[in-house]
Order: sequence, then structure tokens, then C-alpha cells
Amino acid sequence: MSRLQVVSGKGGTGKTTVAAALALALATEGKRTLLVEVEGRQGIAQLFETEALPYEERKIAVAPGGGEVYALAIDAERALLDYLQMFYKLGGAGRALKKLGAIDFATTIAPGVRDVLLTGKACEAVRRREKHGGHTYDHVVMDAPPTGRITRFLNVNDEVAGLARIGPIHNQAQAVMRVLKSPETAVHLVTLLEEMPVQETADGIAELRAAELPVGRVVVNMVRPHVLDEAAVRAASGDHRDAIARSLASVGVPGGTRLVEPLLDQAAEHARRVELEREQRAVLDGIGVPAYELPFLGDGGDIAGLYRLAKELRKQGVGA
Amino acid sequence: MTEKVLDATGLDAPRPDTTGLDAVPVLELDPLIDDRGTRIIVCCGAGGVGKTTTAAALGVRAAERGRRVVVLTIDPARRLAQSMGIDSLDNTPRKVDGIKGSDGGELHAMMLDMKRTFDEIVEAHADPERARAILENPFYQSLSAGFAGTQEYMAMEKLGQLRARDEWDLIVVDTPPSRSALDFLDAPKRLGSFLDGKFIKLLMAPAKVGGRAGMKFLNVGMSMMTGTLGKLLGGQFLKDVQTFVAAMDTMFGGFRTRADATYRLLQAPGTAFLVVATPERDALREAAYFVERLAAEEMPLAGLVLNRVHGSGAAGLSAERARAAAENLDEGRMTDQGGGKTGRSGSPATSPEPSDLATAAVVSSVPEAAPTAEPAAQHPDVDADDIAVRDDIDVRVDTDAPADTDVRHLTAGLLRLHAERMRVLAREQRTRDRFTALHPEVAVAEVAALPGDVHDLAGLRAIGDRLTAGRMPSA
Repeated sequence: MSRLQVVSGKGGTGKTTVAAALALALATEGKRTLLVEVEGRQGIAQLFETEALPYEERKIAVAPGGGEVYALAIDAERALLDYLQMFYKLGGAGRALKKLGAIDFATTIAPGVRDVLLTGKACEAVRRREKHGGHTYDHVVMDAPPTGRITRFLNVNDEVAGLARIGPIHNQAQAVMRVLKSPETAVHLVTLLEEMPVQETADGIAELRAAELPVGRVVVNMVRPHVLDEAAVRAASGDHRDAIARSLASVGVPGGTRLVEPLLDQAAEHARRVELEREQRAVLDGIGVPAYELPFLGDGGDIAGLYRLAKELRKQGVGA
Repeated sequence: MTEKVLDATGLDAPRPDTTGLDAVPVLELDPLIDDRGTRIIVCCGAGGVGKTTTAAALGVRAAERGRRVVVLTIDPARRLAQSMGIDSLDNTPRKVDGIKGSDGGELHAMMLDMKRTFDEIVEAHADPERARAILENPFYQSLSAGFAGTQEYMAMEKLGQLRARDEWDLIVVDTPPSRSALDFLDAPKRLGSFLDGKFIKLLMAPAKVGGRAGMKFLNVGMSMMTGTLGKLLGGQFLKDVQTFVAAMDTMFGGFRTRADATYRLLQAPGTAFLVVATPERDALREAAYFVERLAAEEMPLAGLVLNRVHGSGAAGLSAERARAAAENLDEGRMTDQGGGKTGRSGSPATSPEPSDLATAAVVSSVPEAAPTAEPAAQHPDVDADDIAVRDDIDVRVDTDAPADTDVRHLTAGLLRLHAERMRVLAREQRTRDRFTALHPEVAVAEVAALPGDVHDLAGLRAIGDRLTAGRMPSA
């Protein structure tokens, strides 16, 4: 599997949860993964029920089989100062620049610089090696910006390389771009079986492909079981209300046809959803990108749920 | 109607605890959009909660109640544009056809094109030569196409422009799908602090003061900074930035003035903020954050729109009881109809009492009522993925005397579905209780979940009806 796993998705599809589950799944069997977040939302800390993550790689979970998940909330400003210090010994100048508002300018106003720093930091973690020569992290999983912005976010280095035509930023941007466009990287898009997220996923994949960024998987999240299908519901709403009422009464549920009515309404809604999901599945099939499927977790992404999703991903081939 | 059903069932299952919720004031949206004093409605909230759809639905409803409305959307799904009968929205408000306004109400809709908006500002506020220099500057081109914050800032600019034109008496705007909820409110200040900052003065210094003696100190800073930045970014980039800043110089004051004016407009009594969320943990956490932030900024919050709320017409039947009854049906275990026994007390392995069996046979009028260990094996369940066999199944099930096991099976399915629905209700309730505990003062409008997406004006009208229906009876 690619060493940099980028997880994007429309808002509300659960991309942070999927990214965390993927990091856990990839860490199973003694591997070490780094889970990074780039949007300053502290979503990872909330998910793992820990205090806010500092700008520091720290272990947040242990995977089955002794693997470890580290997490890092990348902060653009700190990344820039680090970067100045690490590569140019410009720590002092960095402080002066900060006083002048130049750091603020670079990380919030200047086009792309912020995104270059964020992707640059993630790529640095991908490439980093230990003294004995092995990679520090087997995999880096990024909880990335949403589908609507992902191509621009990843591609910003190209743009910056064009703006800053010479110098270290130019070189850095190009180096990052080489990693992002290589098979070392896979960009996954999380979706639900609903019209708008599926449409955005299709658009997002087209954009990624046009930018020559490596599309990984579609992750169909929050898949709910189908209890009844439309045929059964149509049958039920026929002349069988009395029979259903008797059936209910036979197991001690009174209420007669007046209870049957709302139950059938719910069934009709359910059938409509099953039908819509079938349509959306067909649309996803048409995109031709392999998919992972994750079940709906009743009470949201608590830690036990994350482990369950990670197990599910392993079952579907993650880390194999 | 649903309350009646509950009572009629005579079930003693405890109702979901709604004591906390009863205290929550209901957000009445019709009075808000009917009030001619309401000039701007801002919909904000986390991504994926239906902000844009809410904005569009409110726009349609307000127009059909006689307002002259413009909806400013930031990033609508194509379908939403289509639902308003427009193939593509662009940077100019377009009239939406098919509005059934009674008192001359009209709906216009537009989508923010941030680059176009930025270009228009440059063209409007600089002489042609200077405008061309700016528009051709590589730094400007990149900036206008979408640096972090441009979209938020341009949304504010556009809002200010629409308000100034005074062609509409109500502007409904949805906020950009931001990195975080705060960006929209922060953008003007951030731009302002940048424009007022030392950094920009330094960037402009060479153009303004040249080598004047009094500016010696600044120039030391300047040369150190340009040296560093030049080293990092390459000299050309910095030159592009400096050229851009010099060309924009005269316009900066205007940006700041307008940003401040729009900010004050948002605080004015004619503005109403709607925080949009779904009854999910993350969305409501973001909503709580937004409520606090709006209060801190003294922005007028009208209330919370809670989308995709589930209800049930049979809320008196608990999940546990429905599930137990479904299990009994699957096992073919019958209980006395009038006795109210649910069969839960008996172990599933126990054979049914003969008297129970007899009752069941009478009730269902089907002789073949003997319990079977695996009813599904004898009457294969309808396969959700197999459309081809559906017609056969219809014929089979639609016969006048359906096999008792089929009905039992169907009933068990209905009960399982209901149990699942009740679990959803309970979960949504818990999530909402958390929000209510933090912000009991925030009025809430609940919008019942729709099974599908919105495709046309009728769909938006349906959302509008749900938006203004008040509290759902069973939630």
C-alpha cells in the first residue's frame, strides 16, 4: 500500500473517523503509522478522547499486534518557523519576521504557502528515516481538506513552484509534488450513499485524475443494513393491514391497524432509501474506482467503534 | 395524529424523556421572513448539514410570501442550482421562474465567483491602466483564485454590494464551506490587520519613500526581510508581491472600509443568523461553537435549524419491545392476544404452550400456523439486491390469502425497522440534550428528514414547509 494515504470527503461523511480507522488498520501487526491533521480542528483529539494535540508527534493509540499510531496536528506557522530553522538556520530571522507580521502573511494570506507547508510537513514524515536506515513511519495517513478543495490543496505546490520560480521554496514545492504524484501516495474519497456526496466524489475523482494525482479508493461510509426492501413494503401496504395487525397481536403488540399505519410509513421511507442507495451504488460503480465499505456505527465514532472500523478495513484488504 | 396512535395502542412503554426539550423555545421562521425589517439572513454551520438547501428553501418561501429575495450561495451542488430552475448560477443574480408569489414576491439567485468578484472590485476602484497592471500580476492571479480567506472575504464584499443595490428587501446567504466555522467572521479582520500591519508598509516602503534618510531603520528591516524572503521564495516572487502591493495601495483603504461596513451590517438589527446543524455530535458541537462565537461578536442569532431529524408515528412502541416481538415472530412463538404477554419471559428454546398455538391459529385463520425453527428457509426472504425476481414475489405475496409465515416475516421486518428507528431517535435525543444543556436559550426549528435529495422548486417548498412546521410531534 502507498506510504502516504490522503483521506478526503465531503463534509459530514466522516473523513476524520475513516482516516483514524485507516491509521489503526495500517498499524496492525507491529507497524507504526502517523495520523496527521491539517485543518486545525483538533478532530483527532476529539475522536481519541484526548486533550488537544500539540505541534508534536505523539503516540495516541496501540493497534492489535503491538502496532502504534502517532498523531500530529500540523500548524502552518510552527511548520514555517521549524522549516526556516531546520534548513536555513534562520531561527532569529524567523522571530523578526514574526514580529513584522511576515509569518502571518506567509501562512494566512500568501497564496498557497500555507498548503505548501502542510503538505511539505506530511511528505517530510513520509521520507524520514531512523538511524538504522528504516522509515520512521510505515505509513502516514492525512486527514485532508474536503473533496471540494482537495485537488487544489495537493496541487498547490505546482502553483507555488510556478510563482516562486527559483530558490528553496521552489525546490521544496517540486520535491513535494514528486511524492504526491507518485505511487507512494493514494488519495481516498469518503462518501455516503447519498446523491450530493456521490456527485462530489465523482467530480473530485475527475479533478484528481486531471491533475494526475493518484486516486486510491472510494470509501463508502455509514452503510446501514437493509431490513426490508421495496417489494416487501409494497406487498405489506396492500390488503394485509389486518393480517399484520393480527400478526402483531399474536406476539402481544396491540394497537391494531392504527399501529400498522405508521410502521408501514417507516417501511416505505426505508424502501425509498434502499432504492436511492441502489442508484447511488450504480453511479459509484460507473466511476470505476475500487471501494471499501464501512458500516454505520450507531453511537458515532467512539474509540471502540474506531477499532471496529479498522478491523473491517483489514478484512477488506488494508495492510495486506 | 401520531399522539392519538400512541394512546390508542395502550402501550405502557415509557416515552422518550423529553423534559429537557420541552423547555426549548421553538424557532418560528415564518414571522422572521414575513418581517419586513429582516433584511439579511445568514445560514452558517458545519459542512454537509444542508446550509445551502436551507438558504434556498427559505428564499423560495419568503418570495412566495411576498418578499423580493436574492439568495447568495457560495458553493452549491449543481443539483441545487437546477432545483431553482437555473442550469448554472453565476456571479450575477438571476431571476428564478416558477415562484408562486402572491404579493409580487420574486426570487433571484446567484453563486459567488470569487475571482470575478475580486476582478470587479479592482476594475471599479482603479483607473484602467492600474487595473490592468493588477489583473495581470501573477501574485494577484493566484490570490484572487483562492488563497485561504479569499472566498470568505469576497462573500462579505458581495453581501455588501447586494445590500447597497437595494433591489431586494431580503438577502439570504449561506457561508462558505470553511476550514472552520470561524473563517467567515475572521476574514475581514484578518485582511484588515494585514493591511494595517507593518509588513505591508515595509513591502510598500521602497516604492513610497525610496532611500529617504528618516526611513533608514525601516530599510534595514526591509533589506533583512527581503533578503530572507528572497532567499526562500526567489527574487521574482517578491517583486511580484511588491508590484501588486504598490498597485493596490490606493484600494486598500476601500477594502478595509467596506469590510468594516459589512461587519457592522451583520451586527445590525435587520440581520438574523441561523445556525444550521444535524442531530449529530460533530455538527452540533460546531453549532455550539458558532452560537458562542456569534454572541461574542454581538451578531444577532435567530436560532438553530436542526435538519434531518427523525420522528416516528409509533414512538410509544419501544425499541426493546419491538425487537422482542420480532424475535418471537421469527421463532413462530405465539402469545395470548389479549393477555399482553410478550413472550420475552420464556426462553426461546421452550416450546409454545398448546393454548397459545390454538389462539394463534384462530387469529390468523390459517391452519399452517405451527412454529417452524427456520421460517426463512421455507419461504426465502425477498432479496434486496435481486430486482429480477421482484415481480414473482409480488404475485406470490399479493395473493388473497398470504401464507401466515410471509406476514409474520413481514411484520417482524416492520418491527425491526421500527426498533432501529427508535434507536436513531434516542441517539438524536442524547446529542440534542447535550446542546440544549449548553445553550437552553437558543430557539430550535426542527426539519424532518427527507428520504431523498431535493431536485426542484417543489422539493424546496417541501423543505420550507418542514422548516416552519414547528416541533415534530413525536420527536
